[in-house]
Amino acid sequence: MKAATIQLETLTCPSCLQKIENAVKGLNGVEKDSVQVMFNSSKVKVNFNDEQIEIGDIEKAITALGYGVKKSSVKSV
Amino acid sequence: MQRWILGNKNKIVLINGSLIAFAFASKWMLENLTLFHWGLAIAAILGVLPIAIQAYQALRVKVVSIDVLVTIAVTGAFLIQNFEEAAIVTFLFLFGAFLEQRTLIKTRSAIKELVEMAPETALKQMGDGEFKEVSVDEVDVGDVLLVKTGAKVPVDGRVISGEGSVNEASITGESLPVAKEVDSYVYAGTILDNGTIYIKADRVGEDTTFGRIIELVEEAQDSKSAAERFIDRFAKYYTPVVLLMGFVVWLISRNLELAITILVLGCPGALVIGVPVSHVAGIGNGARFGILLKGSEVISDFSRLDTMVFDKTGTLTLGSPSVAETEYYGGQSEQALAFLGSVERESDHPLAKAVLEAIGEVELYDVSDTEVIKGEGIIASVDGHCVAVGNQALMERENVRINEKALADLKRLEKNGSSQVLTAVDGELKILMGVRDQIRPGVKEDLQKLSRLGVKNLVMLSGDNQGTVDVVSSQLGLTAAHGNMLPEDKSQYIKDLMERGEIVAFVGDGVNDSPSLALAQIGIAMGGGTDVAIETSDVVLINSDFRRLPHALGLAKAIVRNMKQNIAIAVGVVLFLLAGVLFSDWMNMSIGMLVHEGSILVVILNGMRLLRYKLR
Repeated sequence: MKAATIQLETLTCPSCLQKIENAVKGLNGVEKDSVQVMFNSSKVKVNFNDEQIEIGDIEKAITALGYGVKKSSVKSV
Repeated sequence: MQRWILGNKNKIVLINGSLIAFAFASKWMLENLTLFHWGLAIAAILGVLPIAIQAYQALRVKVVSIDVLVTIAVTGAFLIQNFEEAAIVTFLFLFGAFLEQRTLIKTRSAIKELVEMAPETALKQMGDGEFKEVSVDEVDVGDVLLVKTGAKVPVDGRVISGEGSVNEASITGESLPVAKEVDSYVYAGTILDNGTIYIKADRVGEDTTFGRIIELVEEAQDSKSAAERFIDRFAKYYTPVVLLMGFVVWLISRNLELAITILVLGCPGALVIGVPVSHVAGIGNGARFGILLKGSEVISDFSRLDTMVFDKTGTLTLGSPSVAETEYYGGQSEQALAFLGSVERESDHPLAKAVLEAIGEVELYDVSDTEVIKGEGIIASVDGHCVAVGNQALMERENVRINEKALADLKRLEKNGSSQVLTAVDGELKILMGVRDQIRPGVKEDLQKLSRLGVKNLVMLSGDNQGTVDVVSSQLGLTAAHGNMLPEDKSQYIKDLMERGEIVAFVGDGVNDSPSLALAQIGIAMGGGTDVAIETSDVVLINSDFRRLPHALGLAKAIVRNMKQNIAIAVGVVLFLLAGVLFSDWMNMSIGMLVHEGSILVVILNGMRLLRYKLR
């Protein structure tokens, strides 16, 4: 299991949160309850199983919605 | 294509706006209706593109977002050939989003400043002994780093060679430089004013004190109160319901115009953004003033505070007491002083330091069989003698006889607010010392400010005797003061207050008061040890600066006030629009969108006022 913190470009609409949350939750290998989209700091925190999915795939799901990813950091848990 | 459109939203708004201006100009000046309609139609198509793309993306992840409502509304307007409405609505929506973005950046500016103070690079010693510039992410614990004059210390660590002076304002709020030499500890984010130092990394990245502060601030600004979670849940179902409502209205009335107007009016604008905006601006203001409010529950509790309970020593007083009077009884005073010094040398009690300072250089003996009796003192065996050092209760426990003169001395010391340190050797009283602690400068004014802010009771609790406590209490003008209290008595006292339904804050040193700190709704640790204070406190005062306390309380109240105003504005606007569509004939999509976007800007601007909040 890995824990990722993904720094996004500044989020400006609260409804973005729900989109990102649903998109990330919908990915296979992502621990659904761990998904946390932080509006003010424009960050996504998520735990995922690195045997099923890579951080790049999660980033791709977010950029596909039109939100830029600045930087991700992944830690083992 | 999608990316290009979303990336060039600002240009699209500009063209969209110009086209609308051009269309109206052709209508009024050229009286050319063909140009008017074409201009608006193109503006509407161009404007709806980015909105429709966002709507599509939202629907793909099963979210009915505002974009969906607006896209349907604009398409509807287009179908009934109301190009004017379609174009203006897209313009207002896009332009509003643009302004929102601009103003939101402002509300977050204070926290951004803080984050940007974080160091980014470090000069790290590589395998060949040379120093090379690397990103701080590549620094590991144990690495040797070089810090030059003017540079930021990249990680927490210990100086291994060199010396210099460091500005630690980012950690402690203290702007006077602090001298650092070999073995001194330096903190990430502080700035080396002059000199050159080599440090060994001890804590890196998010584990550094500065990293912890940033993380806590970021967590705090995004923590959600019960009310906010409710709004979020509400918003999730709100937009689909509005969509359904529009559809039902259309089915019943067969009036597409009315149906799409409802879609636009139903956008949940200010309600969703109002609370987080107040939050982030308020917490940002705190961060600027060295105050960290840990999240919305804390802000809400703190703002409704009834009683503030203070630990005395180290909180209301400086905590570095000194011996004011010394009395000797019986003979062999010198030997007794040496015994006292030997015992106190092993204690970390705050009074011990004062006693040692007063004694000065004495012959020291080995101490054995040390027994610490909580709240009373120490019993130990020194050079074959039984030595008891502590308060009157300890003397009674040890059956030490206290003569008339000593009793009178004790009375006097109690009256003038001194703590008493009695020393008995083999059951005979030898020395009595009166130790006094000075009141922190400015505390009285700060306490007055707190009561002006509406704190009903200011209470002081202390392990010292009642006399000492009363003296300090009357000097400070407290509501109540209780002495002779053990740590468990203090937490019991707080429990009792809370059971009476009061909201209680406890301000203590964060070491022996941790039960009380944890128990009170608001715990504020004043311990100089930054880590403990940061972890255990609900309200963190950087550098444990008591003077920031009134500002913290005032700020919490201002944030809550601001949130309530924003909620009132948002709800008021929805009611106004609803009334407009039901009871008037001038309400249409464009006005609805204008009022919506206007109200969003109003709540953001209102939230921004918190950035400038200052306690009068």
